[in-house]
Amino acid sequence: MILNATFLSAFLGVLLVLLLPRRFEMLSRWLALLASIAGFVFACKAFAGYDQKSAQHFQYVTQIPWIKALGIQFFTQADGISLVLLVLTGIIAIAGVLFSWNVTQRPRAFFAFFLTIIAGVYGVFQSFDLFLLFVFYEIVIVPKYFLIAAWGSTNREYGAMKLTIYSVAGSALVLLVTAATYAVSGAHSFDLMVLADHAHIVFPASFQVWAFPAMFLGFAVLAGIWPFHTWAPTGHVAAPTAVSMLLAGVVMKLGSYSALRVAMTLFPQGLEQWRNVIAVLATIGILYGALVALAQRDLKFVVGYSSVNHMGFVLLGLVTLNTIGLSGAVLQMFSHGIIGGLLFAVVGRMIYDRTHTRDIATLGSMHLSKALPFAAFTFTVASVASMGLPGFSGFIAELTILSGSWKPFPLLLIPTGLGVVVTVAFTLRALQGSFFAAKADGPPDPAGHHEPFDPITLPEKLGACLLMATTLGVGLYPKILLDPIMRSFDSPLMHQLIREVASK
Amino acid sequence: MKSLDLDLLGYLHLLKVLAPEAILVVTALVVLGFGLSSSAERMRPLLTRLTLLGCLAAGAFLLIYPENAFLQNGMVVLDPIGRIFKLAILGLSFITVILSAASPVRRHFAEYLALILFSTVGMMLLAGTEDLLMIFIALELTSISLYVLTAYHKRSAASAEAGLKYFLIGGVSAAFLLFGLSFVYGVAGTMSLRELAVIAPHLANDPLMLAGIVLTLVGFGFKVAAVPFHLWAPDVYEGAPTPTAALVASGSKVAGFFILAKLLAIGFGSSVGMADWSQFRPGWLPILAIMAALSIVLGNLAALVQSNVKRLLAYSAIAHSGYMLLGLTSANVPGFTAVLFYVLVYAVTTVGAFGVVSIVERRRGGSQLQDFDGLYKTSPGLSLSLLVFLTSLAGIPPFAGFFGKFYMFSETLAASAPGTNPGMLWLVILAIALNAVSLYYYLVVLKHVFVAKPAHEIRLKAVACAPVIGALALAVLLLGIFPNVLLEPISNAVTAYTKEIAKPMQAR
Repeated sequence: MILNATFLSAFLGVLLVLLLPRRFEMLSRWLALLASIAGFVFACKAFAGYDQKSAQHFQYVTQIPWIKALGIQFFTQADGISLVLLVLTGIIAIAGVLFSWNVTQRPRAFFAFFLTIIAGVYGVFQSFDLFLLFVFYEIVIVPKYFLIAAWGSTNREYGAMKLTIYSVAGSALVLLVTAATYAVSGAHSFDLMVLADHAHIVFPASFQVWAFPAMFLGFAVLAGIWPFHTWAPTGHVAAPTAVSMLLAGVVMKLGSYSALRVAMTLFPQGLEQWRNVIAVLATIGILYGALVALAQRDLKFVVGYSSVNHMGFVLLGLVTLNTIGLSGAVLQMFSHGIIGGLLFAVVGRMIYDRTHTRDIATLGSMHLSKALPFAAFTFTVASVASMGLPGFSGFIAELTILSGSWKPFPLLLIPTGLGVVVTVAFTLRALQGSFFAAKADGPPDPAGHHEPFDPITLPEKLGACLLMATTLGVGLYPKILLDPIMRSFDSPLMHQLIREVASK
Repeated sequence: MKSLDLDLLGYLHLLKVLAPEAILVVTALVVLGFGLSSSAERMRPLLTRLTLLGCLAAGAFLLIYPENAFLQNGMVVLDPIGRIFKLAILGLSFITVILSAASPVRRHFAEYLALILFSTVGMMLLAGTEDLLMIFIALELTSISLYVLTAYHKRSAASAEAGLKYFLIGGVSAAFLLFGLSFVYGVAGTMSLRELAVIAPHLANDPLMLAGIVLTLVGFGFKVAAVPFHLWAPDVYEGAPTPTAALVASGSKVAGFFILAKLLAIGFGSSVGMADWSQFRPGWLPILAIMAALSIVLGNLAALVQSNVKRLLAYSAIAHSGYMLLGLTSANVPGFTAVLFYVLVYAVTTVGAFGVVSIVERRRGGSQLQDFDGLYKTSPGLSLSLLVFLTSLAGIPPFAGFFGKFYMFSETLAASAPGTNPGMLWLVILAIALNAVSLYYYLVVLKHVFVAKPAHEIRLKAVACAPVIGALALAVLLLGIFPNVLLEPISNAVTAYTKEIAKPMQAR
């Protein structure tokens, strides 16, 4: 029940925000903040209350028959993976509201759509009925479109529609396989635990061989798998700050989480056949994302492509199929959620809303490290974390993924290692170019600004501190997340997957 | 065929079973009578209320008279599933009448309402018969009333053109249908669907029977606007007064699909055929599969380029006919249950969407996409309702349209044992792919509502039908979250019905 309280509080927030009278519409951000904090508190409480010693890997079980005609249940529970991602959602939700404190245009609709996405994301991370999971997964799509198209910036309608079309195409693949799963299994059930337990019996190999790639790809589109990543940079850039944070922070994780939880556990035989292909695509994503980011002049595009790069690590970690690599993938989902959110917060809110430019050279001419020292500090921390310096969460996550992939994909480590180097290069270039340019040698500032920028507001500082503290905390003490994650891969469900595939 | 043998008691029974229809006819006559008076214009509210009262009375009678009936060898039947559909049709007509009260139909308003009631009677008779001749007569009663309703905008050339087109194409389709039914009767020698079910297995490969089936399906293809018999739909939806379009899109579709499902399941049950990829065998299934595929592709693609929302909804209706025909290709009980559930959900959604369109049309003078610009700013409630309706049509959860589609697709796949044999997988893949495309054009409408800047800042005044539209939106949401509320009764009724017709003829 405490799990369900996470998305219920968000839905309640949506309802209350919509019911606010027009005169009090500025109250909507307080309501949204309250709803986000409530969700975060519930998620943390569930995380803290998770009994790691217990023989039950899955706790907080709620299982109610829902639609009898198809054997659909309302089935939610959580293991370490779910809990880590639920906490991530809570953090990003709070930070997202704090960084959209300055939304004055139709705030009720903005926060209603925002909280709907949050509710959907919470729902996906705890659903263990395939149908229920898909319902929550799809709830996210339409609000994303409106948030970007109505409140976004550069090329917003194009970016929004492109992102939506990619998401919907991905979901169409998932929907097809979900319907086929029901037809093929004949089990009259969408219970992921039951289906995965009997995957070998109910899903013939001839079915798995096409169902797995269709479903994995459907989910992985949302995770930004190369070559279907192109929605990510344009979408991130067009989106308003809070939505970029949501997209990079949690929505992309929906894809990778569902790929792991659904596609991989249901179709282990299909996974085995397609594993190498996915590993190669993931590696291309890592290298390609980094190289393209290196060539960008728009700071937000740099961050957008860095998402493709970091999500490549997640996908690579998933197909290592050993506990180390898989745990690294989940930790990287958390870590990139925080760091990506932080980067977009600085670029979209702290910088762009004040300077109205994101061109690296122009920014360099503005002496931002002096004009906006807090922004410069935050961006430095985020960059350092993003590069994977020890002490931050990104380091430990990428390290575990790399050590996990040593055995199954030794050859891929060369391009991956190269990708890491290029990551350092593009991050440093962006950081140095836009904040610490030695002298103002860029084109003259088009706005010709002389008046000082508005100071960084309190909500921004709070949000940034929350995210920085999280990445630092996890970097210094990764055990707090890694222990429950690694334990989750011991559950019979996952254990079977690891053994099945790795033994061959 | 047995002769009509009715004594007084029999007539009383018949009257009781058909009382809801009788109430509607009486109401229509009373309304017509009031319309003759010189002050008919001032009596608009009274006439509307009278009509609504008639619908309510008919619905109440259906609810309090739960006895089942099978009269005159199936000419008039009343069973749980029929009752659900009669109630649904009454509800849809009720909403249409409310929309009409706010419509620009000025002259001869009484006749307008009476015609709505007559077509409702036709649809209800359709939901309560198992006789080929009765099916035809009820269909014609519905259609002819709808032709007139379509052409009701006397000053509008578009309305007249739509009415004429609908009438001409509808007339041809009626001819096809009658021709087909006469073939079937000629071969089988019976009008009753249940007797046909007994005889038909011996005729499964009779070419005349197959020809009859094809012709009948062509006729129904016109009625439900399936490609390639869809040409009337866009013009009718666009040109007709909006309440008429709402009725054509909802009530007549519900009745049409209900009787089509019944006809296929019982009457033609033995000539199914096969439409698996590259394995076609004659019967009604391949015809449905082809019509479904064409409707889904053409409807969704043509909708992409529309600039008028009513026309866009027409093409979306064609696509949805395709999805429902796809559901019928499952040719089993769960699949038909899914279609019956979906057609009701679809009707509620569409009638709501047309309700929003009619309000916008009245206030802003058109139903082009530009007329929806910035609707959110002036009337947020209406815009959120439209969001619910259109996303439900696009099959996005948590709205009812999503579950309905998912249910149909799953049961269609399950019907043909995939894994060993791809069965109808090709059609389901096509449907899911184009359903993804459909989100685009719905989003374009919603973009005008939520994103575009309003051209004029007229605040839409609260209108009488706004609460009704809100309630419909709520219904679409709640049916998506708790589909059991509607699905259980339908499913139970269908199961009961299947048991009933499985009994041997003598037992009745």
